[in-house]
Amino acid sequence: MSNSTDIIRAGLKKRYAREKRFRFFGIVSLLISFAFLLVLLFTIVNKGWPAFQQTYVKLDVELSEDLLKVNKDSDEDALYSANYSKVVKKSLQKMFPGVKGRKQKRALKNIVSNSAAYDIRDKVIENPDLLGTTQSYWFLAKDDIDVFMKGKIDRHLPEDERRIKDYQFVWIDKLIEEDRLEKRFNTVLFSNGDSREPEQSGLKGAIMGSLYTMLVTLLLSFPIAVAAAAYLEEFAPQNNKWVDMIEININNLAAVPSIVFGLLGLAIYINYFGVPRSTPLIGGLVLTLMTLPTIIIASRAAIKSVPPSIKEAAVGLGASKVQVLFQHTLPLAMPGILTGTIIGMAQALGETAPLLMIGMVAFVAEVPNGILDPATVMPVQIYLWSDSPERAFTERTSAAIMVLLAFLVAMNLIAILLRKKFERRW
Amino acid sequence: MSDILNTVPGMPSADSLERSEVKPENHRSEFDVEINGTVGKPFVDNAKMSSRNCNVFYGDKQAIFDVDLDIGNNEILAMIGPSGCGKSTYLRVLNRMNDTIPICRVEGEHTLDGEDIYGKKTDPVLLRARVGMVFQKPNPFPKSIYDNVAYGARLHGLASNRSELDDLVEASLIKAGLFKEVKDDLQKPGTGLSGGQQQRLCIARAIAVDPEVILMDEPTSALDPIATATIEELMDELKSKYTIAIVTHSMQQAARVSQRTAYFHLGKLVEVNETDKVFTNPEHQLTENYITGRFG
Amino acid sequence: MPTQTIIITLIALLIFSYFLGQKRSIAVSSINNGRRDLHSRPHYYGYMVAIWAGIPAVLILLLWTAFNNSIVTSLTISTLPESMQTQSKDSLGLVVNELRNLADSGQIADEADPIKREAASHYQRLQGISKLAKTVIVLVVALLGMIYAWRLINPELRARNVVEKVIRVAMILCACIAILSTVGIVFSVLFESIRFFEAVPPSDFLFGTKWSPQTSIRSDQVGSSGSFGAIPLFVGTLLISTIALVIAVPLGLMSAIYLSEYASKSVRAFAKPTLEILAGIPTVVYGFFAALTVAPFLRDLGESIGLSVASESALAAGLVMGIMIIPFVSSLSDDVISAVPQAMRDGSYGMGATKSETIRQVIIPAALPGIVGGILLAASRAIGETMIVVMAAGLSAKLTINPLEAVTTVTVQIVTLLTGDQEFDSPKTLAAFALGLGLFVITLLLNIVALHIIRKYREQYE
Ligand SMILES: Nc1ncnc2c1ncn2[C@@H]1O[C@H](COP(=O)(O)OP(=O)(O)OP(=O)(O)O)[C@@H](O)[C@H]1O
Ligand SMILES: [Mg+2]
Repeated sequence: MSNSTDIIRAGLKKRYAREKRFRFFGIVSLLISFAFLLVLLFTIVNKGWPAFQQTYVKLDVELSEDLLKVNKDSDEDALYSANYSKVVKKSLQKMFPGVKGRKQKRALKNIVSNSAAYDIRDKVIENPDLLGTTQSYWFLAKDDIDVFMKGKIDRHLPEDERRIKDYQFVWIDKLIEEDRLEKRFNTVLFSNGDSREPEQSGLKGAIMGSLYTMLVTLLLSFPIAVAAAAYLEEFAPQNNKWVDMIEININNLAAVPSIVFGLLGLAIYINYFGVPRSTPLIGGLVLTLMTLPTIIIASRAAIKSVPPSIKEAAVGLGASKVQVLFQHTLPLAMPGILTGTIIGMAQALGETAPLLMIGMVAFVAEVPNGILDPATVMPVQIYLWSDSPERAFTERTSAAIMVLLAFLVAMNLIAILLRKKFERRW
Repeated sequence: MSDILNTVPGMPSADSLERSEVKPENHRSEFDVEINGTVGKPFVDNAKMSSRNCNVFYGDKQAIFDVDLDIGNNEILAMIGPSGCGKSTYLRVLNRMNDTIPICRVEGEHTLDGEDIYGKKTDPVLLRARVGMVFQKPNPFPKSIYDNVAYGARLHGLASNRSELDDLVEASLIKAGLFKEVKDDLQKPGTGLSGGQQQRLCIARAIAVDPEVILMDEPTSALDPIATATIEELMDELKSKYTIAIVTHSMQQAARVSQRTAYFHLGKLVEVNETDKVFTNPEHQLTENYITGRFG
Repeated sequence: MPTQTIIITLIALLIFSYFLGQKRSIAVSSINNGRRDLHSRPHYYGYMVAIWAGIPAVLILLLWTAFNNSIVTSLTISTLPESMQTQSKDSLGLVVNELRNLADSGQIADEADPIKREAASHYQRLQGISKLAKTVIVLVVALLGMIYAWRLINPELRARNVVEKVIRVAMILCACIAILSTVGIVFSVLFESIRFFEAVPPSDFLFGTKWSPQTSIRSDQVGSSGSFGAIPLFVGTLLISTIALVIAVPLGLMSAIYLSEYASKSVRAFAKPTLEILAGIPTVVYGFFAALTVAPFLRDLGESIGLSVASESALAAGLVMGIMIIPFVSSLSDDVISAVPQAMRDGSYGMGATKSETIRQVIIPAALPGIVGGILLAASRAIGETMIVVMAAGLSAKLTINPLEAVTTVTVQIVTLLTGDQEFDSPKTLAAFALGLGLFVITLLLNIVALHIIRKYREQYE
């Protein structure tokens, strides 16, 4: 055994220690990345899950004809414009007599959301015979009450450090005692549009806005991308300057910061062509440009993977190149193209920045009914809510994120399944 | 029949790239010769390395069957055989390079100077420093010529200071017959050399760590005849100090450089004998078929 | 007829013309004993008629819709009295807006100013005429196209070739949209930027160290106040991106190394997609996480060890952006590391190197160009990232490289300048486009360089 063997042997321990350390760093990096993911998801879910519940208050409201200044025979307009918040106030005052001072009176009124008046209005219009009777209804509780009911306000804090004061606790305790406070599944979150009042705000507007925007994006980007990909793969002349230029442009577009597309939308679509701002149409137009490269690249890969033997066989039977494309190549490449499309749409669904530039950040309470109605989309709704100071909005922001992530997970799952199902070796 | 063409002596390089085309099973039906153990002299008295009952598996597929073989001290052993017969696999058994292939499993007793190289106490790092390897395609690292040669010495801490390292690099390059050509370009990248120079650089790199055995897997198959001749000369010089096992597809090369030759066929060791005997008077029918170029 | 109705009518017309064409082809062919004489199969004749009916009509519809507003507006302006026409662009724009609102709200009669009342009703009249004309012309053109094509049909007509030619041209046009979008981006940011630089000298913008666009609302102050110095924004962007890279590069690279060189197949199969989840999370979620969790956490942490950390610190935004980029770095590194040939690894292991020695001394040097390319791509990502910084970074442009303080970035300023109430032509708004131009140019250069390096690297090992 030579001299060098001993030298090597002497150094081995240190080298293996270094090896171990290096490997450890690798595991640690991976674990840190996972930890970030877990913390992120945990924070969101932890903050967001209470928003799927909502506190309701049961009040006995006397639908007094005197107070409302209408009666059973009044026409619908009169019924519609009667002041129903008065009867709500009255019923609260009746339950908690002796409340004095403007501040406390306002606080009392703020046990229930102001949507209570609209609820009563709708019920009365539906059935005017209710006038003159006393009814028990469940109303949305105001956000502060809701937050407290979810255990997010510590009543042992000094009074001036919490949003609910001692006198309010007296009311709440009484309501709880009489079983008049109840948490239920939050249907408002899915049936309402945006609102300034946290307890009345919902995601329906944003979901529909996203849906319409995605529809525009899909209808534009899918055919364009598939046509472009088919051209580049099957028809484009090789070593042509224009074709090279198109390819370079596609690759670069994929890397342009998304906000720049927003600037394009603002300067060209809105200011030059007069496309109405804040609409799913303009949102879809902008997102189309961003989604195109993704779908084109995926479609090209899918088209390329169709074996030439199949195409050659069809050409041999006298089919033209266009016929081969439509009858053989595209159907065979379709699973790959669809997978790419879904992934592209998922990206578009989560995109926020460019939409801020084209007016989709406007406050829109109405649920949009078409691609020309003012609308917002889910990620922008998240951004808007996250900017609101009310505590209840934080909760709803996280819930909105959970809904958005659920959509994204579903889309990606479909893409994965599609890929698995149609994965084939030629 | 393209397989036959591929293994015609003296035309070694073409087939080694097309390993996947080879279907050894086909030969069986054509030349129905039984392989029952190894004929000739697989064992020597002064064995540097030896294997007994060597079996190697890639996953479920067995690549080496019951090979018993010794490599004598300071000899050059040539391994020949049709493509895919397991020469490289066997060579890699000897310095545990197969450890880097996850699906590969090695059985049997293998020793270096009587020590079990697959034993618990044996360290693959140390083993590979003692049993160096030169590969079919020159694979210099993307570093300077100097750093390439100094690579092993630095890893293993073989030189305690810069001048020792300089000396070591110079000595290794001289031994590999490359020093004259590159002595002014030591800082240039090793990948910039010609193919033959690169292969000698790899040999210099291997001998810089002062190994006891050098395994060479078709070291000249990517080189032209002149570069091949240089390397063959080099081997002749090296054998005084090192034990060498070389895989080759060139029978002339085996005849020129080696003392003993081993013939592998379908993962089995068919015949081992003095090189002269193998090429003039082979004992086994299969060996004869192969060296006369009747099949590959 | 509103545009939607026109489109629906048009679609119905197209379907009708398809069947018409098909029928006609069968009819003409049966005159000469049966269908065999037809050059193409009948449905090609149907497509051909539909194409003739559809394409000219749709083109007219598109162009009309696109240019309707600008033409009607300029016609309206031309009827205004001379004095109003020659006033500054901004106030003319205001007048036009006012007229539009009047016309749309239908309360023209309430307007006091008789000139405006007159102009608004003129505007309304023009819009009405335009709408009617559009409907008539589009539908008539569609009908004429249909009839023309119908008359063309005879058995020798090569309908298939016509249809395929149209399809090919359409495909080429689709492919060219990539070029059009790039041109669109360049034009939209370039023209507005040029207008911006007419008001603010480029040197002030590029080298000025004070950014406070709010002060320039008074138009006489523009430029002279020097409040459009973009240096603090660029420095802020650089600071946050650097923090992000400092976090993402080691973590991403080490994860990639571990996954490609050490991890077992099953760990890989689990870990890679899990990392990819990080890449699939929308940036607005990261922004929320940064603003609501990370920033307060860092502030409290700083407080507890006696450091004052701003609640919108660059560190918080950079940290979260770093997390977002990890999968990006790791998948790019993974690609380049697996491109290093096995022979290189064998060479190193054959010398008796351990795994980590092989990785550090052979694989990483060999993969370095590719890794650098990947890092440049990641940098361009970080620089262009918007939502995280909009939600978690500051608004005030402070020139500092202290990661504990609040800085602002180019993207944050673009968003702030363009989302508030603004008139389109004020330098404040135009500044956003100048920033956008800068952003576009920088990220484009980074990408071109990075892709070039990566391509060179791939070729080396092919
Ligand atoms: N990494 C691997 N995984 C699976 N099977 C392998 C692997 N390497 C080699 N084999 C198989 O093992 C058998 C022997 O291969 P080996 O490379 O040892 O042949 P060889 O004699 O060196 O051939 P050549 O002359 O072409 O180099 C072949 O059938 C080959 O397919
Ligand atoms: Mg081999």
